[in-house]
Amino acid sequence: MRTGWNIADVISVRQETGTARTLRLRLPGLTGHKAGQHVDVRLTAPDGYTAVRSYSVASALPGDELELTVEELADGEVSPYLVRAVSAGDQLEVRGPVGGWFVWDPADPSPVQLIAGGSGVVPLMAMIRAHAAGSGVATGTDTGTAPGYAAPFRLLYSVRSPGSAYYATELEELATAPLLAVNYVYTREAPGSSIPPHRLDAATLLATVLPPEDNPAMFICGATAFVETVADWLVRAGYSPDRIKTERYGGTGTTP
Amino acid sequence: MGIVSPGFFGRRRRDDPALPPGQYLTESFPVLSAGPTPRITPEQWEFTITTETGTVHRWSWDEFLALKQDDVSTDIHCVTSWSKLGTSWRGVSLDTLFESVESDLEFTMAHSYGGYTTNVPLDDLLGGKAWIAHEFDGEALEPAHGGPARLLVPHLYFWKSAKWVRGLEMLRQDEPGFWESNGYHMYGDPWREERYW
Repeated sequence: MRTGWNIADVISVRQETGTARTLRLRLPGLTGHKAGQHVDVRLTAPDGYTAVRSYSVASALPGDELELTVEELADGEVSPYLVRAVSAGDQLEVRGPVGGWFVWDPADPSPVQLIAGGSGVVPLMAMIRAHAAGSGVATGTDTGTAPGYAAPFRLLYSVRSPGSAYYATELEELATAPLLAVNYVYTREAPGSSIPPHRLDAATLLATVLPPEDNPAMFICGATAFVETVADWLVRAGYSPDRIKTERYGGTGTTP
Repeated sequence: MGIVSPGFFGRRRRDDPALPPGQYLTESFPVLSAGPTPRITPEQWEFTITTETGTVHRWSWDEFLALKQDDVSTDIHCVTSWSKLGTSWRGVSLDTLFESVESDLEFTMAHSYGGYTTNVPLDDLLGGKAWIAHEFDGEALEPAHGGPARLLVPHLYFWKSAKWVRGLEMLRQDEPGFWESNGYHMYGDPWREERYW
């Protein structure tokens, strides 16, 4: 656990969607991180004014680098700076990675159901990447021996439109492997899809996710209203609350 | 002062002395929970205090509402960096609940419906510093915010204010609760920024 402030070098940046950008950071001394953890980022103005926000780690890298994907919030204080102003070669103050609850543990052999609303896909992507790396999909070699790497993963991703989806190309490639399935629900625009755009409903949810008999480990991340609703549907359908871990976005200053 | 981020000036929100270090103001009321929201009706709800002798002090919802009620206006501070000033609550002071309780122990573990736990020293619950709250802003406390009732310990980070609280267990020694076992500080004073271990 790294709990003090450290200086991170911005190694590279890439645009993820029209409103989101991925920052790759190097944190000297970091030796990997758990999938699902977050970091705090602190910005300091010339007069000493500071602002801190938390961002989930998107990557599953073994060394001293990690990636954050930041969505620019319309009334955001920190996110516009991270999405528009920061460039490779800059430095940022970072605390963490921290968090020991909303994390995927490769030692757990359970099948895993991930459910993302919008930018809530970020920590879930870290889990998918960690799983893929360990099961040899990403590297072409069998690198993982922990039982979780042999467990099936499934992602249900609710997002406005195909153009708003993060990591689409990478997810498409990873989903060609037998251990990962990805299902999209487009809530606003669904060009090229036979299914019209619609909000995720209980019937679609329950028809898509791993069944209760599989006793999956479930991770839900998204805006508060999304997470509350989805978790309620799952509990009512017979999934054990003990198996459902949640993390809420949009919990920082805006009402969903 | 840390490294300066060129071109960053921030929101320039008012520099409020009520704001602990590293916190920013929010007008909304964000929800942070580790899992699904338990749905507990007032009829199901009860509150207990369990001491070292095994004595269980027990209040039903009606008995709890019959106790002296306090209206509390206070600032709250979440470890995820938001603070909300001047929030309004109604509930029962822990001083009232502990009037009939005899214990020599100095630590407590709060237990919630749904399995959540958090540790709070007894000193931080007494002396007008903590309540079991059942109203927020004049309305019954919503389930997402901990209804029917939650612990309110506003001088500590808000994860100590256990939602869906169902009881306090007296402890001989301080022990970590849920978030304290997952990387968060044992005490959680926002003015000393006791966020993580």
